[in-house]
Amino acid sequence: MEELVRQFFNLEIMMKALPFMLQGLGMTAMLCAVLVPLGLVGGLGVALISTGGNRALRIMIAMAVDLFRAVPPLVLLIFIYSALPFAGVRLSPFTAVLLAFFLNTASFYGEIFRAGIQSVGAGQWEAARATGLNRGQTLLHVIIPQATRNVLPDLASNTLEVVKLTSLASVVSFAELLYTAEMARSVTYNASPIVLAALIYLLFMWPLVRLVSRMEHRVAQ
Amino acid sequence: MSNFERFVDTFFKAELIAATLPKIISGMGMTLLIAALVVVTGILLGLVLAALRSYRIAPITVMIVIFADIMRALPPLVLVLIVYFGLPNVGITLSGFVVLWLVLSLVLAAFAEEIFWAGIISIRKGQWEAARATGLTYTATLTAVILPQAVRLTIPPLTNRTIAITKNTALGTVIGVPEILNQATTAVSFTGNATPLMMGAVAYLIIFIPVVMLGRMIENRFSWKRA
Repeated sequence: MEELVRQFFNLEIMMKALPFMLQGLGMTAMLCAVLVPLGLVGGLGVALISTGGNRALRIMIAMAVDLFRAVPPLVLLIFIYSALPFAGVRLSPFTAVLLAFFLNTASFYGEIFRAGIQSVGAGQWEAARATGLNRGQTLLHVIIPQATRNVLPDLASNTLEVVKLTSLASVVSFAELLYTAEMARSVTYNASPIVLAALIYLLFMWPLVRLVSRMEHRVAQ
Repeated sequence: MSNFERFVDTFFKAELIAATLPKIISGMGMTLLIAALVVVTGILLGLVLAALRSYRIAPITVMIVIFADIMRALPPLVLVLIVYFGLPNVGITLSGFVVLWLVLSLVLAAFAEEIFWAGIISIRKGQWEAARATGLTYTATLTAVILPQAVRLTIPPLTNRTIAITKNTALGTVIGVPEILNQATTAVSFTGNATPLMMGAVAYLIIFIPVVMLGRMIENRFSWKRA
């Protein structure tokens, strides 16, 4: 038991690693702050195209979305980070992470928004257009607000996934929370820094998980 | 060399494709094996947990909820690293394969439990009351009346979640499980050419594009028509 505590909950090691890991936490927060809005906007764009009138565009977007939903994000990230340099495209870890996760995230948000837009009845379109709103106004003031409300639990749950996704950036040595923890582990040969990272993730994610759970159950009932 | 030739030489070099193909195929076998094991153990464990929760025995419910919350809140890679690098220090050494199977199964079980539970509570009370009134025991009601109806409702979200979690088999590369990504990155470092990674990406597409399309089909078929 003592050994277990020493190996997983070693306070001394945790305190030593904490300042370094807080920098990592800052990077994680920064990455999320950039990635979530970008993904949401990208996803909305994807959804508008895939519910829009242009057939060729619709098919292209559907193929791209299926592609980026089928490839595991880690595979996409490693491809962008370590295969593209062979073709002369050398991206920094941050740019590679942002690009890979944007493609992944926008595809998932896109599918959610698409379901949302399709859940708004055709009568809403017709009524809005009949009052004299143009296409853009109808989308902006009538369709998108209702669509977003209908899929809010899915959007929230996907946002959780995006935050967890950022931990994969550690694999290409982007110095976010898990990377700093893994560095501290490899220096100390002790798992406590990673346990500390888990505790930090829990601190921020647990309230979100509860919130998403409640939203989902409210819809189910 | 023209740009096109350089592109082909970088990503689709014929002799490397031939040389790497057996490795990628064995990686696909490993990915499929882990994915299949995770799906079976994860979903079964999730179903058992949801059924246990329906007995509403306070300490059991609390434990299940805490387990499900933690597994849903943590990035799977964090769990993989804790188990893989932590346990050997206390004398338990598990292979990367077992660690990946264990962690992904627990994560899937947590999500599956929540999904099954949402299904169970969405079944109207009248079903419980009618079944109990006919003389079925609590357990018989749960397994013969409630779960068959609940499971139907859970198919679309469960399919999507299962796909998302089986894609995490790629995390095995971090702890040396010889799945597709691991085989591909190893071959890249040996050959100094991006062709194996391209093959790895294609291998994932071969496995997961049909799965993603199936998921979309199931979602459309079973979805609740709203408004």
